[in-house]
Amino acid sequence: MSKTDQNSKLRRIFTLFTTFFRIGAFTFGGGYAMIPLIQRDVVEKHKWITDDDILEIVAIAESTPGPIAINSATFIGYRVAGFFGAFFATFGVVLPSFVIISLISLLLNEFQSITAVRYAFFGIRAGVLALLLKALVGMYRKCPKKIVSYCVIAFAFILSVFTEINLLFVIIGCALIGLIYSLALEKRAKNGNE
Amino acid sequence: MPLLLDLFLTFFKIGAFTFGGGYAMLPLFQAETLAKGWAGEAEIINFIAVSESTPGPFAINMSTYIGMEKSGLLGALCATLGVVLPSFIVILIVARIFEKFKSNRIVRGCMAGLKPAVIGLIASAVISVGLTVFCPKGASLDIFKNEAFYISLFIFALMTFLIFRFKKLHPILIICLSAVIGIAAGYLFAIPPLSV
Repeated sequence: MSKTDQNSKLRRIFTLFTTFFRIGAFTFGGGYAMIPLIQRDVVEKHKWITDDDILEIVAIAESTPGPIAINSATFIGYRVAGFFGAFFATFGVVLPSFVIISLISLLLNEFQSITAVRYAFFGIRAGVLALLLKALVGMYRKCPKKIVSYCVIAFAFILSVFTEINLLFVIIGCALIGLIYSLALEKRAKNGNE
Repeated sequence: MPLLLDLFLTFFKIGAFTFGGGYAMLPLFQAETLAKGWAGEAEIINFIAVSESTPGPFAINMSTYIGMEKSGLLGALCATLGVVLPSFIVILIVARIFEKFKSNRIVRGCMAGLKPAVIGLIASAVISVGLTVFCPKGASLDIFKNEAFYISLFIFALMTFLIFRFKKLHPILIICLSAVIGIAAGYLFAIPPLSV
């Protein structure tokens, strides 16, 4: 690798870090809220990837474990500048949260015994319940409306509410149900064609 | 097991088994931290509000907070590293075999089950949050004599209406409004502070 190549790679890694740092510092709620910012900075400004890539990255991020924000940062970083690109993009997106929350956790302990703060959180908890309900409805609307989806939703819900079974087993079980169902569908389609 | 290692491994597990964004992590997070005694139910809900009002992904905020609470800066580092590492490793692998991964039948099949699973699990998490909000531990079981129950119900109903009626409303606004009503009602009805 020539020296100018190396310089431009270093510069790209540095820009990846600052770009994802900014994205981490200015998105609330994480995940999908981050996509428009990524689009503006990574696609339009730096032209590192295209709009189609973004759609693919979202699809990949959804089908791999872990938070969408981390998945997209790692993926884009790797595409743009290899392993160190992935590392610094991920580091950048995590750093703002890490610093802010570390500071807040110190403050929260100081304030938690104040009556007004207790009342505030008492009210906030009811508001959070409403926010969670909204998130749940949003996810339900995006889910494919198939019988198997409804069955898996019910299966996961019932096991998690009424039994003490470890959630990891529920998650693995649901993945297996989806897999068996899809493979069975494929087989039937194949048989139908013959 | 040393606490730092426990934090790292627990959050590694949470990171490795969460599919999807946003609150997809909540059910596992709730189950693990409650089982380990790292946070109480009300504390987790308080923290959801803090996380919604600060920038950054929910997963990172949550792991940093619990790590910091349990073991200071080193704890926060271990927990956050744990939650990030599975994604980082998996994506580095997937980025190399991207085309194959995308059209893989097994991946697609598993996703057909994982997406609805997350919905079922979050629905169950919402129920447990609901129980904590309306019937907190130590509160009077006679809900008809319990002002806190009615205030919570009022705030929940009002916020649900606002959220679904005005879709562009920022979550921070909902949180601030709930806080103001909570403070006003708390003093107005002289609710014992220790019970909320």
